[in-house]
Amino acid sequence: MLDLLIVLGKIAILVGCLLGGAAFLTWVERKQSAAMQDRIGPNRADIFGFTLWGLFHPIADGIKMLVKEDLRPRFADPYIFPIAPLLAFFPAMVAFAVIPWGGTLKFGAEPDLLLIPLQLADLNVGILFIFAVASISVYGVILGGWSSANKWSLLGGMRGASQMLSYEVSMGLSAMGIFMIYETMSLAKIAQAQGDLFFGFIPAWGIVLQPAAFVLFMVAAIAETKRVPFDLPESESELIAGYFLEYSGMKFGLFFMGEFIEIIVAGSIITTLFLGSYQIPYLGPEGLQIPGLELWAMGPNFIAILQCMAFLVKTAAMVFLLQSIRWTLPRFRYDQLMKLGWKVLFPLAIANLLVTAILCLLLT
Amino acid sequence: MEFIKTLFNFPQVHEWLGQAGYPAVYLGALAGAVLALLIAAVPILMSVCLSPSRPSAAKKAAYECGVPPVGTAREKQMVRFYVVAILFVLFDVETAFLFPWAVAYDMLGLFGLIEMGLFLAILIFGYVYAWKKEALDWVY
Repeated sequence: MLDLLIVLGKIAILVGCLLGGAAFLTWVERKQSAAMQDRIGPNRADIFGFTLWGLFHPIADGIKMLVKEDLRPRFADPYIFPIAPLLAFFPAMVAFAVIPWGGTLKFGAEPDLLLIPLQLADLNVGILFIFAVASISVYGVILGGWSSANKWSLLGGMRGASQMLSYEVSMGLSAMGIFMIYETMSLAKIAQAQGDLFFGFIPAWGIVLQPAAFVLFMVAAIAETKRVPFDLPESESELIAGYFLEYSGMKFGLFFMGEFIEIIVAGSIITTLFLGSYQIPYLGPEGLQIPGLELWAMGPNFIAILQCMAFLVKTAAMVFLLQSIRWTLPRFRYDQLMKLGWKVLFPLAIANLLVTAILCLLLT
Repeated sequence: MEFIKTLFNFPQVHEWLGQAGYPAVYLGALAGAVLALLIAAVPILMSVCLSPSRPSAAKKAAYECGVPPVGTAREKQMVRFYVVAILFVLFDVETAFLFPWAVAYDMLGLFGLIEMGLFLAILIFGYVYAWKKEALDWVY
């Protein structure tokens, strides 16, 4: 019974963080674009006269989506049309189940010691689970585009599907060097291994060991989340909104939220694989141990909370970077996008894999 | 109804997963998946209850920038999209073979490197072939 309560508690925390984070991100995105384009941004929605820098806008948006008329175009498929937003939204939420977001909480003494790892499910094929689940969102895009019976939507859906397929190959290949080095695919073990030190002072983070893979993975992740400069499936200036053009009300809201949750998940996967996950450099199980200094002892639960916050800060920084890229770069042309995916990223990822394999063999 | 009841009986589900050979950790992933579907479905159902429904012919027409829609949307698509799909199936299945190799690389050693080198050579040969046949180019 306690197990079940713990699992439900973790799910509640994750769901709260993801939905709250996604709603907050819609506000960040608008305010950030406003700041970068020298505008004011959203500032009107108020509760009893308090506007709080436009922070009530996500709430107003949510209410609007709930009470807005939900239209289905005349020739749209009656069954697939409502299912597509679910398929786009749900994989992003599920992928987070295997991401570790902190160390282990310890309660009680030895005989009935209660250990709570801050991760929903530590699958030994964790990263494969993420890739598998993330592939489902392709169905959301292409079914949404096809079932709308709209030329723009169909084109956006086709573009989205072939873009996501193309970059998935390089995404898997570029992450493979990480599995080779840490000898596991379990995200919890990868996170643990990144707490080690090289030569006693360099943290064994993925970005230190696999800098090329970091760049490749990051590019592939931006393409997978369909963000600028890879936002061709929804390019608003040519396809209006692409695959979700005909959606309105809460169904559009699900596509929208799904996209922001995908950004958070992408940021947290990059953090987990390359930026040391929840690890803080020199913070071991006993406390802070900076080389050459005395141990600064800390309790295990305090450390777990610190690690949780470190994960949050790293993920937020990655998400902010992805958002900033959005307002900095122009959009690719479609042939350029395909060329980058197949002719640049793919050979580079294979080269990185081979170099890693040879170096691993020589150094061990 | 009985089935739905047992679906929410977590110890029971736990036992089924164990009998099917899944480790207990999959329960967390399963619970997450079920809840994610619920979270996606509840707002849609709420909006069905809360939102008005006054459709008209103009509202239900496909949006083509305000111009009356021409023809059907289910038109022929460029063959390039299918080529990309075939390439994906080829290369992604081959990457799937690389995953276990990468995890067990430490145990396989030089043998593993040579074997996978041969495998990758065939993969790269196919890639060069696809490149030469211009399957990777997006021509109009």
